[in-house]
Amino acid sequence: MAAGGFYFLTGPSGAGKTSLLRLLYLAQRPTRGRIRLFDEELSEAPRETLPGFRRRIGVVFQDFRLIRHLSAFDNVALPLRIAGREETEIETSVREMLDWVGLADRSSARPATLSGGEQQRVAIARAVIGRPELLVADEPTGNVDAEMASRLLRLFEALNGLGTTVVVATHDINLIASQPRAELMRLDGGTMIDPTGAFRNPPFPRPVGP
Amino acid sequence: MKLGNRIAGERSLLPAEKVHRPTTALIATMTFVMLLVAAAGLTLTNAAGVVTKGVHNRFVIELPAGISADLPKVVATVRSQSGVLSATPVPEAEMRSTLQRWLGDAAAAQDLPVPALVTVELRTGSQPGSLEAQIRREFPGATVIAETAELSPLLGSLHALQWLALLLVVLVAFATSAAVVLASRGALDTHRSTIEIMHGIGATDRQVTRLFERKIATDALIGALAGSLAAATGLLLVASIGAAFATELTGGAPLRKGDILLLAVAPIVEVILAILVARWAILKALRETL
Repeated sequence: MAAGGFYFLTGPSGAGKTSLLRLLYLAQRPTRGRIRLFDEELSEAPRETLPGFRRRIGVVFQDFRLIRHLSAFDNVALPLRIAGREETEIETSVREMLDWVGLADRSSARPATLSGGEQQRVAIARAVIGRPELLVADEPTGNVDAEMASRLLRLFEALNGLGTTVVVATHDINLIASQPRAELMRLDGGTMIDPTGAFRNPPFPRPVGP
Repeated sequence: MKLGNRIAGERSLLPAEKVHRPTTALIATMTFVMLLVAAAGLTLTNAAGVVTKGVHNRFVIELPAGISADLPKVVATVRSQSGVLSATPVPEAEMRSTLQRWLGDAAAAQDLPVPALVTVELRTGSQPGSLEAQIRREFPGATVIAETAELSPLLGSLHALQWLALLLVVLVAFATSAAVVLASRGALDTHRSTIEIMHGIGATDRQVTRLFERKIATDALIGALAGSLAAATGLLLVASIGAAFATELTGGAPLRKGDILLLAVAPIVEVILAILVARWAILKALRETL
């Protein structure tokens, strides 16, 4: 994949989308093959080097993976706290991000009191707040309405415009259709099909955003 | 980032649970037992020291009944030796009085062969060899007995009990460590999803470990404090009941200032040990994940 590209990953259930994403966000090591990320060979990288790479990746999990005893604010603040940012900076950034995803008035709510869509927006806010170099999203619009899906896509586009490589796994045809300049990858039975030719002719960094 | 802010931020990452009662109760019990055993061991050490010091340079010269008439000459010979602090003959009446406990009135019989005894105290560092040789040469049949030899079975028992106490303290520390390892693993299992999320976002093992260390430290600190208070109460109670006996046994307070300091430091060492063991156990468990 080209740095700064925007990719949709699609395919039937069980095709291996989530496995591929897990390899991408360094949640597991490959049993075969290699992972090269940020110009580094990471397949067998020492454990202690992985946190540094993971901080450069934002992940939107399919099941949100919010920490249930933390408020929406603290969940979104988590990457910044782990990165050791100043609390004043965290306060400002998190408020802005929650406002952007429409949850400014729900900042102190715990995940259990949020709807599925709200939880998903918190998860997205957490994934993007650290301005990651790579954003990996697994079905990010699965639980939100059309309007929110459109807003989230604009957020991804904006991040992509700032240089973030975006990989979105989705079944949502409308989402894919709404971004015709994105590359499309299709996984079927563990095999990658490349309908837009992104692999045959690797594109130069080609952001879809402004 | 300010340390206070960082700690406040990190503290919120694990739920603010109440104190983990089983761990705290276990550490309190272990502390209680450890302090009582350590106090007993220290008291025995002091008692052994007093006994050893009391008899260290003391000897008894025994003259069999046949040569007991030589007693004044023996005393004079001993006193003329360098390094002798004192040489005191044991009065025959005292000997007979002692024998009376076993023999009754027969102890007063004139035909009873009563040995004559001289208690000798040497200066520290003096060797009894030359005195012993001279007594044997000049008074054949006389024997020189070191009092430490007489008390060696008692001293041996005291030393064995001291080692036993030390072994028990080590075992208690080992059991505490094992309990902390189990508590750490339990905490990791309980918060596995939080750890996975933190790792996924880029938290280092050290950042994750710090969260659990803090919880274990709090539990251990509360447990150690409770156990120490209970042990202190118990020791004060025992001291108030058996103070006179203990003073007689140890020749002073059963526990010296240094001993009390050692007992005060022991729970702190236990808490530090708990933190280090927790850190080791958690890091080890985390290394098994990616």
